[in-house]
Amino acid sequence: MFDERRLNEIVKERKRWEKTTVPRWISRHPERKGEFPTSSGIPVKRLYTPEDVKDHDYLRDLGFPGKFPFTRGLHATMYRGRLWTMRQFAGFGTAEQTNARFKYLLKEGETGLSIAFDYPTIMGCDSDHPMARGEVGQCGVAVSSLRDMEILFDGIPLDRVTTSMTINGPAAMLLAMYVAIGDKQGVPRERLGGTTQNDMFKEFFAQKLCIFPPKPSVKLVTDIIEYCARHLPKWNPISISGYHIREAGSNAVQELAFTLADGIAYVESALERGLKVDDFAPRLSFFFASHNDFFEEVAKFRAARRLWAKIMKERFKAKSLRSLWMRMHVQTSGCTLTAQQPVNNIIRIALQSLAAVLGGTQSLHTNSFDEALALPSEEAVRVALRTQQIIAHESGVVDTVDPLAGSYYVEALTKEMEERVMEYIDKIDAMGGVITAIEKGFFQREIADSAYKCQREIDQKERVLVGVNEYTVEEDWVPVELLRVHPKVEDEQLARLQRVKRERSNGRVRKVLDELHDAAERDENLMPTIIEAVKVYATLGEICDVLRGVFGEYRELIVI
Amino acid sequence: MSSERKIRVVVAKPGLNSHDRGAKVVARALRDAGMEVIYTGLRQTPEQIVETALQEDVDVIALSILSGAHMTLLPRTMELLKQKRLADILVFAGGIIPAEDVPALKKIGIAEVFGPGTPTDTLVKFVKENVRKRK
Repeated sequence: MFDERRLNEIVKERKRWEKTTVPRWISRHPERKGEFPTSSGIPVKRLYTPEDVKDHDYLRDLGFPGKFPFTRGLHATMYRGRLWTMRQFAGFGTAEQTNARFKYLLKEGETGLSIAFDYPTIMGCDSDHPMARGEVGQCGVAVSSLRDMEILFDGIPLDRVTTSMTINGPAAMLLAMYVAIGDKQGVPRERLGGTTQNDMFKEFFAQKLCIFPPKPSVKLVTDIIEYCARHLPKWNPISISGYHIREAGSNAVQELAFTLADGIAYVESALERGLKVDDFAPRLSFFFASHNDFFEEVAKFRAARRLWAKIMKERFKAKSLRSLWMRMHVQTSGCTLTAQQPVNNIIRIALQSLAAVLGGTQSLHTNSFDEALALPSEEAVRVALRTQQIIAHESGVVDTVDPLAGSYYVEALTKEMEERVMEYIDKIDAMGGVITAIEKGFFQREIADSAYKCQREIDQKERVLVGVNEYTVEEDWVPVELLRVHPKVEDEQLARLQRVKRERSNGRVRKVLDELHDAAERDENLMPTIIEAVKVYATLGEICDVLRGVFGEYRELIVI
Repeated sequence: MSSERKIRVVVAKPGLNSHDRGAKVVARALRDAGMEVIYTGLRQTPEQIVETALQEDVDVIALSILSGAHMTLLPRTMELLKQKRLADILVFAGGIIPAEDVPALKKIGIAEVFGPGTPTDTLVKFVKENVRKRK
């Protein structure tokens, strides 16, 4: 990017600066530490200059927003045209309670819905399952049948909102319920917009919410991708996720590398199913965390776009421009929030959000400052939304596209991140791909090692955690009443479930469940039958039990 | 090299909560501190946890739970320990447990509740100082 002669002069001056100016200063003001690596261990230099980007080519490596390799953004005008979607993950208690929270968030300015389900639902169990005792409605909303979903979306028109559902094992069942609601509301299926997380690989090595073993799990993921390609053109069948990988303890490089490896494996699975890459790739979406190391996160998001575009173009020979798009949702990091001095979390969340915006995200969830203690209170979640709105409307960072481009540090770090990620991808390829790597415990080992390293650094104060290992206080301050889910939610759910089972046609339910069993045995795409099943009010647990009978249940490989 | 019996710990995840980062870090820290650690893996019922404690003849049980189901699962676990005459095992808990629930948990025999941000050295020290002495 710079001519040879001028560059040599810069190098000469840089060396002179290092031999004279720097040591003179350091002799009186030593640097605070010996080294300043990023949170992922990437060395960070004292200073970056044109020398650090001398091999970069603007048109090849950066280009223009909306054009390959999309480093600078997916769309030509980015936030000047349209802000990211403000999509707050929400859910607790009964469908009524969550419906109220949805309406509150929409009133306060969020622009997309996102559902958090409770543990029994996530594990494909009804609220009356023995393992559901004490868990109903605690971490998310309880959904055992279409009846709960109907209440959840009462007064919410599906042709005017898009909804993301954080659901993996039973993704097909919850998507089926959403389709059923859309049908009831008279919304054409081609207009239904949203996302199902539906990413089972990361469940096996990070989030650990698995019902069935790997092979049938991938089959269900692919069923959904195929069904959406044919029938739900506005639906993102999958949100290939790095968030959970990062929260489980990986560093930023691993987060991106393992996510892209998963993405590659899903593309291969869909191709094996007989789909053409341009038929499904445009609707693949991604989900990342945003942590505290500000520039590292920005570099990660930019590297992510460039890497995926190259993978889709070169490895999978995609022809459509949209197949090269890495559309991402970002959530600010949960595990970086502290229970101590929780108000400090507002600052962490603000910085993490800013990194996501400067990284060019399409969609953002901001955590609430009380989330190391409980699910978000109304007041805290309002602050979380305001954080996004202040960045969007008061900071000016959205007025130009990719403003950090050209920073010597950011571009050097983006490229460094890309190279380290590719090393991992090559390693996983050499191992035989994602499923083999999972069976070998590769991801689990990497994540556990990074998590342990992080804790040791905090214990030894190599990593300062404000309010936790430094700047601690005796008396703490929580300015809000923390949310608690009342245990009577469980009784209410049980009563509703009993009523659903009484009022439905049990004959029809048995019939469709038998059809589902046969379809599963014949290895058909199960989406149509599951949609029929939810419409006759077969419960989530009943549907999953049929599939447990055919596919078996998953046994975890433990790696500490 | 001491011929003293190593402290035996079971680290357990009761209920459906699948967040195991903390439990695994604790397991490893205790192991690095010289203890014998058995990690149960996810989705353990109180019955399974108590059975493992019995089979493995442990001195300590560490329960990790972040899902809000602690007031159902921990009392059940303590009740079963009492029934099996294992009440002298040192039991502590961690995860996301509201401060207002801690007194009730201590009353049923949970020695301490360690929230987010607890240094691992604190846990090691706690175990060493509070574990029952074996004959």
